[in-house]
Amino acid sequence: MSLLTQWQRLQQWAEQRLPALTRHRRQEELPIELHRRRIYIVPTGFGVAFTLLLLVMMVGSLNYSNNAGLMLTCLLGAATSISMLVAFRTLNGLRIRGVRAGHAMAGQPIDVTFDFEARRLRQAVRLDIADATQSFDVNGRTDVTISMSTEQRGWLAIPRLRIWTTWPMGLFRAWSWVNPHYAVLVWPRPEIAGPGPTLPLEDHRRQRLHLGEDLASLRDYRSGDSMRHVAWKASARHENLLVKDYEQPEARQEWRLDWRHMRGLDNEARIARLARWSGEALAQGRQWSLWLPSEVIGIGGGPSHYARCMSALALLP
Amino acid sequence: MMRFWRKHQTHVRISERTFDLLCLTTAFVLAVHADHLPIWLTGSLFVALGLRWWQRRYRPGRVPAWLKVPMLVFLVSAVVLEYGNLFGREPGSALAAGLLVLKLTESEAPRDARVAAAFACFLLMAALLFGQSMVATAVVALGLLPALTTWRSLEPTQTSPSLPRQLVPAFGLLAASLPLALTAFVLVPRLSTPLWGTSNEQTAKTGLSDHMSPSDFTELLTDDSAAMRVSFDGPPPDQGQRYFRAFVMWDYDGKDWKRIDRPPTTTIPVEAGATINYRISLEPTHQHVLPTLDVPLRAPADSQTRADGEVFADKPVDEVREYELSSAVRYRFEANLDITTRIHALQLPTGFDPRTHALAAQWRQLYGRDNAAIVRAALNMFHNEGFSYTLLPAPLGRDAIDDFLFNTREGFCEHYASAFTVLMRAAGVPARVVTGFQGGFWNKLGEYLLVRNADAHAWSEVWLEGRGWVRVDPTAAVRPQRISMGAASAAAGQLPWYKSGTLQSLRNQWDIVNRWWNQSVVGFDALRQRGLLTPFGVRDVDTGMLVKLLVISVAVFGAAGLFWALWRRPEGDPALAAMRSLERKLAHAGVARRRSEGPQHFLRRACRALPGQRAELDHLMRCYIELRYATLEPTHESLRTFRQAVRNFQPRRVV
Repeated sequence: MSLLTQWQRLQQWAEQRLPALTRHRRQEELPIELHRRRIYIVPTGFGVAFTLLLLVMMVGSLNYSNNAGLMLTCLLGAATSISMLVAFRTLNGLRIRGVRAGHAMAGQPIDVTFDFEARRLRQAVRLDIADATQSFDVNGRTDVTISMSTEQRGWLAIPRLRIWTTWPMGLFRAWSWVNPHYAVLVWPRPEIAGPGPTLPLEDHRRQRLHLGEDLASLRDYRSGDSMRHVAWKASARHENLLVKDYEQPEARQEWRLDWRHMRGLDNEARIARLARWSGEALAQGRQWSLWLPSEVIGIGGGPSHYARCMSALALLP
Repeated sequence: MMRFWRKHQTHVRISERTFDLLCLTTAFVLAVHADHLPIWLTGSLFVALGLRWWQRRYRPGRVPAWLKVPMLVFLVSAVVLEYGNLFGREPGSALAAGLLVLKLTESEAPRDARVAAAFACFLLMAALLFGQSMVATAVVALGLLPALTTWRSLEPTQTSPSLPRQLVPAFGLLAASLPLALTAFVLVPRLSTPLWGTSNEQTAKTGLSDHMSPSDFTELLTDDSAAMRVSFDGPPPDQGQRYFRAFVMWDYDGKDWKRIDRPPTTTIPVEAGATINYRISLEPTHQHVLPTLDVPLRAPADSQTRADGEVFADKPVDEVREYELSSAVRYRFEANLDITTRIHALQLPTGFDPRTHALAAQWRQLYGRDNAAIVRAALNMFHNEGFSYTLLPAPLGRDAIDDFLFNTREGFCEHYASAFTVLMRAAGVPARVVTGFQGGFWNKLGEYLLVRNADAHAWSEVWLEGRGWVRVDPTAAVRPQRISMGAASAAAGQLPWYKSGTLQSLRNQWDIVNRWWNQSVVGFDALRQRGLLTPFGVRDVDTGMLVKLLVISVAVFGAAGLFWALWRRPEGDPALAAMRSLERKLAHAGVARRRSEGPQHFLRRACRALPGQRAELDHLMRCYIELRYATLEPTHESLRTFRQAVRNFQPRRVV
């Protein structure tokens, strides 16, 4: 019993003293600033080999009492140790101000943008996240975009990521683990093919009054109007320039997409179908509404409406 | 965690810039090794390097193995043919330089570039084994710049400056590491005995040798490198008295002069009239001989003397060696000549030089027992009968002295000393040849005498009754400038332009830097290190103490470095900080800002409270308002104005 409490106390102490060790367990809020407590630094393999080479050179020049050689060896050694400090300084004080994510369907890579900030120029910083690596310089504020692969719809927590550098000479590697409390929403993957939505009856009784190409009226020229639309013949008979005003093509028939109408399908298949229909509606420029068990989205169109529908679909249980 | 150590460098090709830097580093390596590599090897390596550079830039692709393998075979066999084996200093460095160039033919990945640059660093250092003059060290240090920059250029940074500008950070890095490097250099304990054998396979490239044959000196007399540096207690001797004795030659075989190995003695049979104390710093000769001024009185430490005034060190001089001794400048040298020495000093090979012998016999008849008169007669002959001084004399036949005295009548010190000594011996005057150095350049600034290899000289000594061995310099009879102004001016017109005139005098002045380098860097040995703390009252610094000092100073430097690395500029809003400072000042004067009070209101209140400083406070207020609200991003200048105004503001209490 006492052993267990001691172990817990030790663990608590370790988490307090060395947050980087436990970084993969605890998520932290943005913004995150790298500081000395969480930056670790070790020589790279090449750094170790080069140090050995320096030792050989030092013993050699001592043995042959070659003072010039010894002096230059000392110079290289000192430069090596300073490069360690430079590596540390590259990360020290680097801030991740925020994270933004784009949109992607499951199976497609999603772009995640990290907003870095540093007062000094930081060169050759690298970011490892999942399997992707990205290298960048930070000067002032810099956006770093990196693609993450996705598998399924819903919230995808950003895995812990490593920010590291071997600047300036590849002799030392400084790194810091970061585990931001942030998740990106992955949209459902639409089904590849399937039936179209059952259209409401009144579809065939559509009024075809206005065709998009039809000339509706003439109006006065306003600055910004295209020269091609100027009605030159009509203008010649008037004081002002007249512009042909075209009637907007009327939107096509709206779709009412409803979760309840798709009987005999399981949830994921319904979501995939609704996602496909939403995509088709957007592509055809239709307006559509979406009824879901969790949410009812009224009629609308355009990319923002699409995004709202897809997010709602992504979040279905 | 398992991904942590995985290879991050996948198969990427190094950039063109990195490869350029690598080629530059390699060119530096070849240049610093060019001095001792055979010229054809250096040339072909440079050509191979250039071709590879061209190929990678204009015909990118891998160098095929059928080209690489024969190149390797060619390199190894060339080194073996040139040096006889692959190991040792010279063949080793030749092979390594070649391998570096071959490594470039397959350097495509970052890892290759890293390794090649590290290897180049090693080779740059290795060049210092062949000579550690200041210029060589500086060139090697310069060669480190492209090597460090190669590594730097492998890092994925987006900035891409031009090549010269890219070298600047590496220079800054080296400059920043200089203090630590110098401290470590001074404090790293030197080995008093080497860990493994330091072989001295190298032969004396130049320098005096213990025999004298006609071709020896020509090379020497045009060698401008420093031989030794001499500083005197008191004024230096006159130009005409600066004879530094190295070898004494006794045996003549009709062509060459050789010294004889006599047993070492502790005392030199000399009665000194006046003495001079001096210190010589001798450049490495890889020989035992220590040149001394005129006739030394006793041997310096770790060396022995011979009865004829030669001094030999116990160990060959492989590094700069300093020794202190005193010499006689007026003296009677070996006033009593014993019979065996006398016979030695009269010996001549039979069957050579009949005309010389005839001339000597003629003089003997003419002057009777007056040896001094014979000496004068010989010098008169050299002076008056059309003898000339040249560094490129006509070759001599079998009867070399006859040829020289009666036919060619041209030559340099060696010919004159040799002919004079043979003449004397033939006339029955004990005589010998002495080689060493004569003259030198007196550096006024450094107060030392610089003696170059070109100052090598040969003269004669004759033994006269009652006076002992007397120095006679027959060259002086022919060309007095040789003694008064040195070899270079004596041979004026026969030396290339860069060894004459102003340039020569500049080089002489520059030598003070070399001397300083030799004394403070190259000569900083275990002994010097032990005396490091003498000014602080510590007589002898042992290894343990040195290690302690080293650890302490590294810790101090480490702390300074950490402070630099961890120090961060105070964050926050500078305008707000200045405002806070102003608030503190006003609070002192009795006007404290309330919690919910805006800056304008607060400063208005301050104006009312301190009517005497109304104008000042008004100005401050307007500055702050402008700084805060006029623009999105305050200009640097307005910020500076405000801070300045806050600093200058001193509230005066109203009484």
